[in-house]
Amino acid sequence: MSTHPHHDAPGSGRRPSPSTLVPEDVPDAAVLARLHRRLERRAAAEDLLDVAVTTVDSPVGPLLLAATPRGLVRVAYAREDHDRVLQELADRLGARVLTAPEVLSPAAAQLREYFAGERTAFDLPLDRSLSHGFRRLVQERLPGIGYGRTTSYGELARALGRPGASRAVGTACATNPLPVVVPCHRVLRSDGGPGGYVGGLEAKAALLALEAA
Amino acid sequence: METKEPFETVVARHGPVVWRVCRAVLPGPADAEDAWSETFLAALRAWPQLPASANVQAWLVTIAHRKALDVVRARSRAALPVDPLPERPAPAAAEPEDAAALWAAVAALPDKQRRVLAYRHLGGLSYREVAGILGGTPEAARRAAADGLATLRRTLAGTWTERPAPRGTQEETRT
Repeated sequence: MSTHPHHDAPGSGRRPSPSTLVPEDVPDAAVLARLHRRLERRAAAEDLLDVAVTTVDSPVGPLLLAATPRGLVRVAYAREDHDRVLQELADRLGARVLTAPEVLSPAAAQLREYFAGERTAFDLPLDRSLSHGFRRLVQERLPGIGYGRTTSYGELARALGRPGASRAVGTACATNPLPVVVPCHRVLRSDGGPGGYVGGLEAKAALLALEAA
Repeated sequence: METKEPFETVVARHGPVVWRVCRAVLPGPADAEDAWSETFLAALRAWPQLPASANVQAWLVTIAHRKALDVVRARSRAALPVDPLPERPAPAAAEPEDAAALWAAVAALPDKQRRVLAYRHLGGLSYREVAGILGGTPEAARRAAADGLATLRRTLAGTWTERPAPRGTQEETRT
């Protein structure tokens, strides 16, 4: 008789099952990948997804991309912890979150072009429902800073008619749910210092160097 | 507000178990794939409404049982005379021989035994839950599972050695 603790608590979600029936290493990974693709397509076709997600590699590390039927809703750096971001998307936008690369292929393609230096502006439908109020106002203004240009938090606050709000502008940039695509990396401190960046200062410097090249 | 896991996590965690259950209940791989797809599509639809306290795996296995029945029904309704091309297990080419032998042996079991084994031993349902979806008593389900296992051991003797149950599994003694 085994004496291990029994973890059958309701809500624990899964019970261990005696898998003596399953031979070692049944290679079903390929089948499961195919089944997942089929599920993605049907879910998208039947409009069942709250959020489609995928991960793309980039010079600033793996980026998580997420879209609702309205558009790209989130770009997340690895340091934001992709698992945590997925949970946050489920909490805020709905739990029907599924990996569905095809849905995000236009966004992935434009990001690839941007990192290759072949694209200076993004042309994607954006879903800005993760931002509200003044932050959203600031974020909507960011694409107006041209490729290869920079501005300062104070400058941006003045442009928005809130000259005293440079700290709030900083917060708006720090909480931008769509980094890279919505270019908060182009906003610096007025003394030329880098300020902060959701992807880390190294990533901010890398993007600015890419655009300056 | 209660948090719900992203559905992707559910697919990653339970997809393989549901696949084995479908595979055991429906001998044709194409049928098993159809049942798996219908199961997860239905689960995706209903996911936001599932109470947080629910046992997700048991819920999925129960849906898989219903979808497997649907697939069987659809097949018999289609009432094709004889398939000109016998179905080849598409992915089976890559399967080790003992796995192929196991699935074949499972496919040869009587329906009831096959389902009880699939839901109990692959899907992790209790005999009470198995009886709940198949009818009959938990005791009868337990007997069907024992008979099925005995047949499998006889059929596979020599070609396949049973692994000890992995740590952390519990054999039910009494229900």
